[in-house]
This record gives sequence, structure tokens and C-alpha cells, in this order.
Amino acid sequence: MDASQATPTLKARGLTFGYGGEAVQIDVSFDVKQGSIFAIMGESGCGKSTLLKVLIGLLRPSAGTLHFGAQDYWSMEDPTREAFGKRIGVLFQGGALWSSMTVAENVALPLQMFTGLSPASIDALVQLKLSLVGLDSGRTSMPADLSGGMRQRAGLARAMSLDPEILFLDEPSAGLDPIAAKRFDDLILELRDGFGVTVVMVSHELASLFGICDDGIFLDAQSRSVIARGAPTMLRDRCDNVTVHAFMTREKPNADAINVAERTP
Amino acid sequence: MAIQVDGADTLVILSGDWTIGDSEAAAAERETWLDRQGLKAIVFDTRRLGRWDSSLLVYLAGLRRNAVPRSIRFDDGGIPVAAQRLLALLPESVTAPAAPTRRPGLVETLGVAAISAWIELAAVTTLLGGQVLQAGAASFGRARMRRADLLTCIYDAGIAALPMVALVNVLVGAILAFVGAIELRRFGAEVYIANLVGIAQVREMAPVMTAIVMAGRTGGAYAAEIASMQASNELDALSVLGVPIQDYLILPRVLALTLMTPLLYLYGSFVGILGGFAVAVSMLDMSPELFIAQTRDAVTMTQVIFGFTKSIAFAALIAIAGCRIGLKAGRSTTDVGHAATHAVVVGIVGVIVVDAIFAVCANALGI
Repeated sequence: MDASQATPTLKARGLTFGYGGEAVQIDVSFDVKQGSIFAIMGESGCGKSTLLKVLIGLLRPSAGTLHFGAQDYWSMEDPTREAFGKRIGVLFQGGALWSSMTVAENVALPLQMFTGLSPASIDALVQLKLSLVGLDSGRTSMPADLSGGMRQRAGLARAMSLDPEILFLDEPSAGLDPIAAKRFDDLILELRDGFGVTVVMVSHELASLFGICDDGIFLDAQSRSVIARGAPTMLRDRCDNVTVHAFMTREKPNADAINVAERTP
Repeated sequence: MAIQVDGADTLVILSGDWTIGDSEAAAAERETWLDRQGLKAIVFDTRRLGRWDSSLLVYLAGLRRNAVPRSIRFDDGGIPVAAQRLLALLPESVTAPAAPTRRPGLVETLGVAAISAWIELAAVTTLLGGQVLQAGAASFGRARMRRADLLTCIYDAGIAALPMVALVNVLVGAILAFVGAIELRRFGAEVYIANLVGIAQVREMAPVMTAIVMAGRTGGAYAAEIASMQASNELDALSVLGVPIQDYLILPRVLALTLMTPLLYLYGSFVGILGGFAVAVSMLDMSPELFIAQTRDAVTMTQVIFGFTKSIAFAALIAIAGCRIGLKAGRSTTDVGHAATHAVVVGIVGVIVVDAIFAVCANALGI
């Protein structure tokens, strides 16, 4: 599918949000196209994760609208909005698996809660999702016994358990070694291609951003606004903004620091 | 260290070891020569400098900080390259510390405390009301709660607590018998030890001691469990799915504790009287038949119902307080510990306060 011609799945207009009356970002607008992998980028503390909270319904924005398809998300009645949670999947930082349940129970819970399926069907679905993420052997493990990469995979299987339309990922490759991170990126690509799910991810891992994201926005902490938009590779190659350039190329924008480097033998 | 003045330039000769362990870090602020008229530059000679570490950097950074506002050139060409590079990382001037936040006055503190207490009361009342409604829904099988969770909670709050509740109540019953014996013997009224143990145990000691044990082991655990779920985003994962946390997490805990504590109370009363019985019969030479007859005479159904009702109230208080404190906890790992401690304290103090209210009411009603 040509992502540029598809209808936006997620449409944000003028979102302003923050904690305790203090705005973290002001007037954030963007479209996420059906089937794309959309990156929310920016330096630490710029409000990426806070924006994600607004998108997944955990934090009400102080201004602006958010549309999922034709539906205005934040003006829905609370029960309707909560029911909407079934249509999105979220992978939190570190997986956030429910620690009192096995991996299989974690993946099964959304199915038990929201579908009337028989235990046998649920079991088959759980098995499928765990196999897809490569966790066949770990289904009876408790989350505490898994490695970081496995926990992340289990979290992804849980996020995908209800076959969501949009998958939100919060720092999916944080804390993973480069090989595990690459495998995880490939997995996201395969799930996108296979299920046609739209992916929105918060990340500052350059390898992930360049490897799989085809669109995105760059949030700036100082101006509290979106300072660049587009695919990460395009921003790397063609964006003039100092902050964005420094982020994408890992060069320090500070002139003094460069002088020091030149002066040292 | 020596300082050599040469025209407009000042040559600072650094020699010997400059390490943290050797001497106090030299304070550049104490160098009076910085204020000398006509001083244009500071240069360094470090040919005889020995080992150095952060204490040298503290001195150099101080000199540079003082040189800048006096328009004195700070020439770091003479100092070791490694030190130059470290010095380059430091800001040339110290940023002023943020103005201290204004301390709120007494009136403001009281006002904020009163408003937050009011809001908290409303939140707890809402939680309690919600739980009562949900408990009704659950009895018709309409609550979003996993049966496995309820059974786990019932095991934790019931069977697993039996040994500790038994131990505490047996000992309290035995202590009551001993204490009573000393006083009652003076009046030749040892026979009333059974009455004392029976009434005290059923009315006061068993409900309160059982509740305190439950506040310590279960209330604290509820707060810690929920707070740690908060810290690892597990609660967010539930909310996003649209799983009501009230049904799913709180209800099984509140139900389990309010169902199990009254049963533990009955058990605690029984073993408490048994403890008194053992002491009275074996050490105070009371006949077993007499003790049983006196106890049956003294402990009426009203007393049991009174104690039973109290332990339901205590359990609801402990469970709601534990869950609420867990939900309110912050997202760091230290918050988990704070939540657990706080829940235990609120549970124990709350139980005693509610017990006092019950005592006043009972007195008014003549129970």
C-alpha cells in the first residue's frame, strides 16, 4: 500500500498537554497514515512519552483534538473511550507484564476479558501470538524469570493479542543489545506487513528509527513544539535544523566542544 | 605552589602533588593578587607538577571564574592537556542557584492540608461505595474479576494467616488469664478468670489483635503489590485495555479480606479462650468444667455479634486503605516501601480509632 495516499488512521490537531497546568508541548498536530510506522522523536525530556500517554488515553490533553478514523477520541464518553482500548495495543517500556501471571496468562487476559471465546480458542490464539514473537518455550515462565528482550517480546505478544488497529510502542528497543534490538525491529516490520497494523513508536534509538520508520515528528523541549516532520532518514539527510541534525547524526551542536576536540593533540 | 608576578602577566607555578587526599583543595577565592591593578593575564608553569586530580581542577576553575569578571585573560596553555580538556567541560561562570522556593505560611499550609484531606476523604468514600456496588455485582457474577485472583487473595488473607492469628490470640488469652489471676485472687474471685478472658477476648482482644495482624501482613502487602504494579506500568497496561482496576485489582482484595477476617476473628476468639483455659487449668488450679461453665455463662451471642461486626469493619478499613495507598503511590521503587509502611500505620491506627468509636456506640446502646 502506498502510505502517502492512505487515509490517516490517527489525526492530531493542536494537542497541548502536560502535568499540573504546565504544558510540555503546545499545539502538536500530525497525521499517522494507515499501515505506516510513525516515529515520535526528540531528546530526553521533550515530552515524547507524555504525548504517547495522550494518544493511548492515559492523559487528557488541555487543548486540541485527536481522531481515530472518524471518531473524536477525547470527546467520547468515558465508557466508550475505555471500550476503544480494545482497538489499540500498547507495549510499555520494559514490557510492563503483569508480574503475578505467566507469560501465556498475560497474553490471554485481554482475550478473556473482551471476547467470549472458549478457553481452547484462547489457548490457540495465545500460542499463535507467542510463536509469532518467538517465545514458544517461555509460555509458562513468570515475567521475572525472562530476559529483557524476552519480556519485550512477551509484551509485544500481549499488545497484539486482540489484533489491534494501531500498535503503540514506548521505547521498544531501550535496554536491548544491538542484535536483539535489530531482531525486534524486524519483528515489528513483519507484524506490520503481516497484519497491516499501524505502528506509532516513541524512540531515540537511531538504528530503529532509520531501519523501520517511514514517517514521524520531532519534538523540541525548548520551543515545546514540533520542529520537524517526515521519515527519519529524510530528516537525517535533508533537515537543516541544528537540533534535529545533531540528534540524527550524533554530532554535538555546541561550538566550544568542537574547539576542544581540535585543540587536543 | 608559587606565584611569580611579571609585569601585566602573572605566572602561577604549580608544583608538587595536587590530590584530594593530600591537602585541602586550594580556594582561588582566597587569592588576593587577583585584585591587583593592571593585571592582564594569568599563565601557568607546570613543569614541576606531580600527580594531580579533581582538586587541581577545582583551583583552576576557581581562578578562571574569578578572572573572567575582572577582564583577566586566563591562558591555560601551560597546564597539562588532559586538565585543559577537563577544564573545557566546565562552564566559565557559575550559574546562580535557583531562587529558594517560598515557604508557605501557616494559614496556607493548613488550608492546603484541609483541602487535600477533604479530596482524599471524597476519593476514599467513592472507592468504598464503588466496592460495595461491585461486591453486589460480583455476587451475581457480573464483576470483571478473575476467580483465580479471588481464590489467591482468599488463601493469602485466610489460610495463610491462620498460624500467626492463632499464635497472637493464644498468647493474648494466656496473658489475660495471668493478669486477671493476680488481681482476682486478692478477692478470692479466681473463678471469674473465665469471664474476664471470655468477654475481653470476644469483645475486644480477638477483633483488634486479628485486625492488627491483618493490617501488618495483608494491608501492607496490598499497598506494596499495587504500588509496584504502578511503578512498572502494569496499572497503565490495564487501564489502556479498558480493564477497570476497581473490579480487577481492588475488588478481589477487599472481598477476600472482609470475608476472611471475621472468620479469623471467630477462630482467634476460640483459641484465645483456649489459651486462657490452659493457663487457668494448668497453673491456677481451676477445674476445666468450671472454666467452661463460666465461659458459656459470660460470653453471650450479643458479644460475639458485636466482635464479628467490628472485625468486618476493621477488615474493610484495612483493605480499602491498603489499596488506596497503593494506587496513590508514586512511580519509583522507594515509593513501594513507603506505601507499605504507610498502609500498615494507617491500618493499625485506623483500627484502634474505629474500635474506640464502636466502644462509644456500644456504651450508648448498652451492649
